[in-house]
Amino acid sequence: MTISRDDEMSDYTTEAGTELERRERAGDPIGDPGLPESPPRLTDLDERAARRAERQVAGMFGLAAVLTVAFLVAYVVFPIAADEGGVDVGAVRDSNLALGLTLGGALLLIGIGAIHWARKLMTSHQVVHERHELRSNDETRAAALADFEVGAEESGFGRRKLIRNSLIGAMLLLPLPAVILLRDLGPAPGGVKKNTVWDTGVRVVKDRSFTPIRPSDMQVGSLVVAMPETYQDLPDHGPARPNERGKASVFLIRMQPGEFRVEEGRENWHVDGIVCYSKICTHVGCPITLYERDTHHMLCPCHQSTFDLANSGEAIFGPANRPLPQLPLAVDDEGYLIAQSDFVDPVGPSFWEMNT
Amino acid sequence: MTAISARRRHPLAAAVVLFVALLLFGGLYAAFAPASQADVQASTSTQIDEGRKLFAIGCSSCHGLNGEGQSRDDGTVLGPSLVGVGAAAVDFQVGTGRMPAGPPGAQLPRKEVQYTQDEIDALAAYVASFAPGPEIPGAAAVDPQRGNVARGGELFRTNCAQCHNATGQGGALSYGKYAPPLAGVEPKHMYEAMLTGPQSMPVFNDTTITPDQKRDIIAFLKHIEDEPNPGGAGIGRIGPVSEGLWGWLIGIGSLIGAAVWLGAKRS
Repeated sequence: MTISRDDEMSDYTTEAGTELERRERAGDPIGDPGLPESPPRLTDLDERAARRAERQVAGMFGLAAVLTVAFLVAYVVFPIAADEGGVDVGAVRDSNLALGLTLGGALLLIGIGAIHWARKLMTSHQVVHERHELRSNDETRAAALADFEVGAEESGFGRRKLIRNSLIGAMLLLPLPAVILLRDLGPAPGGVKKNTVWDTGVRVVKDRSFTPIRPSDMQVGSLVVAMPETYQDLPDHGPARPNERGKASVFLIRMQPGEFRVEEGRENWHVDGIVCYSKICTHVGCPITLYERDTHHMLCPCHQSTFDLANSGEAIFGPANRPLPQLPLAVDDEGYLIAQSDFVDPVGPSFWEMNT
Repeated sequence: MTAISARRRHPLAAAVVLFVALLLFGGLYAAFAPASQADVQASTSTQIDEGRKLFAIGCSSCHGLNGEGQSRDDGTVLGPSLVGVGAAAVDFQVGTGRMPAGPPGAQLPRKEVQYTQDEIDALAAYVASFAPGPEIPGAAAVDPQRGNVARGGELFRTNCAQCHNATGQGGALSYGKYAPPLAGVEPKHMYEAMLTGPQSMPVFNDTTITPDQKRDIIAFLKHIEDEPNPGGAGIGRIGPVSEGLWGWLIGIGSLIGAAVWLGAKRS
């Protein structure tokens, strides 16, 4: 639809006869050229061209019909069941390709045909839709106000104060049930963002195989992706497992003692150069184990945050601004690696009430 | 040419040019994309003397005459000490062409192998004689046919995929370093890489990933290498990146082309 200022244009050119009057209107310095004259199309002039366009459109619609039938045929011709039961992935690919090409082609051809029809053959003249002012006229506005006043007067809302006040009181109390119901939705999240299933004495086990690790298992330069042993005790269903996988995942690396700086207060957090850090990036929580053995850099693949594991997991590059939380390690009576406690710093992305 | 230039103001001209350019670049990429292979045969001969001669000629300028390593006065390491790196490290580094090193850079690339397998075995035997270290695995230890593909896939996704990509296509690390693609790598070299941790790669020694598990990982990698692409074209097999690029350029490009055609002046 074209919105035009043709009516104003006619004011300029016909009614505003002289230069002086035109200047008083203070319109655009460059006049609105209006809609261009649209020349007749080839199909308007040449009957043979019109018939050709007609055949093209009809051809597309006809081909669409053929493709629709081909879809039905393809559905039968390409079975997806495997001989040994279930679904054959290779056959599904062929079936999907055939079904998609036929049905997609049919829809596309109907659409292209309709547009071709409109562009070549349908009557083509330009229509101007005028835009009206949004403001109602003064009469309507006055009438609306008068109606409102009559209504207010007849309801007696201003006069009968008892009714008015009791209604306001009733409305004020109405939100209370909502507050009660919302408060009853469940316990507040509490420490869920700060705590993980790591705890004093929980064994560090290899991820997937869940076998415990002795310090001697790890050479200098090794990397082990690990989980807390208690992770296996979590219920199979429900949010506990995925939540803890997102929070309690850790990795172990072994460096030469003396190759890395030990922060004050963390002197006994490593076992013979084996350190344990959270696997969750402190930027937005991507899992990271892109460990470069020669530089001790840990790179996050999402936004290239880099942590220096030889320097207490300090963030040295990228958007993360908090060091990777370190898990204090110890060895139990049987010689396996255990956690001294839960993480001291919260794992994963920073949050508002982190330091409260 | 006149036929083409006469149509240069055609409403579809921009879309056609875009499409042709995309086809051209895609074709060029497919033609020039690096294809790699390494054909080395297994052998177990130990010729320490032969190895010593080869080492003195080819390796000692950086690693020192006795493999003790060399560094400049300012501490720049010319070549690290090879004491205790074992035969597996030599077989991997020389067998994939990473050694002898080319020009210095962020990372030594895989390139054409410079020694025959007999020479590599001799070098490996000589370096292994410095101090005990990881040994070259036997043929059975790296046979993909004996591995468990499903278990290997699980281990690969847990321990390796973060750098090498879920389908072993490799990926970028920091400061120009990268995890190389694993397609076309010999099973033996995969095993040795896990065992010795070349360059930036961490070590996965036999007590953290057992020899059986290493074989499972190799079986998985060889399996996905042979697996067909169910969608037809692999477009790099790096998942959402290339697929998204395709969707944005070709998919949205053709939508824009259609919109231009819809709004074009009737003729």
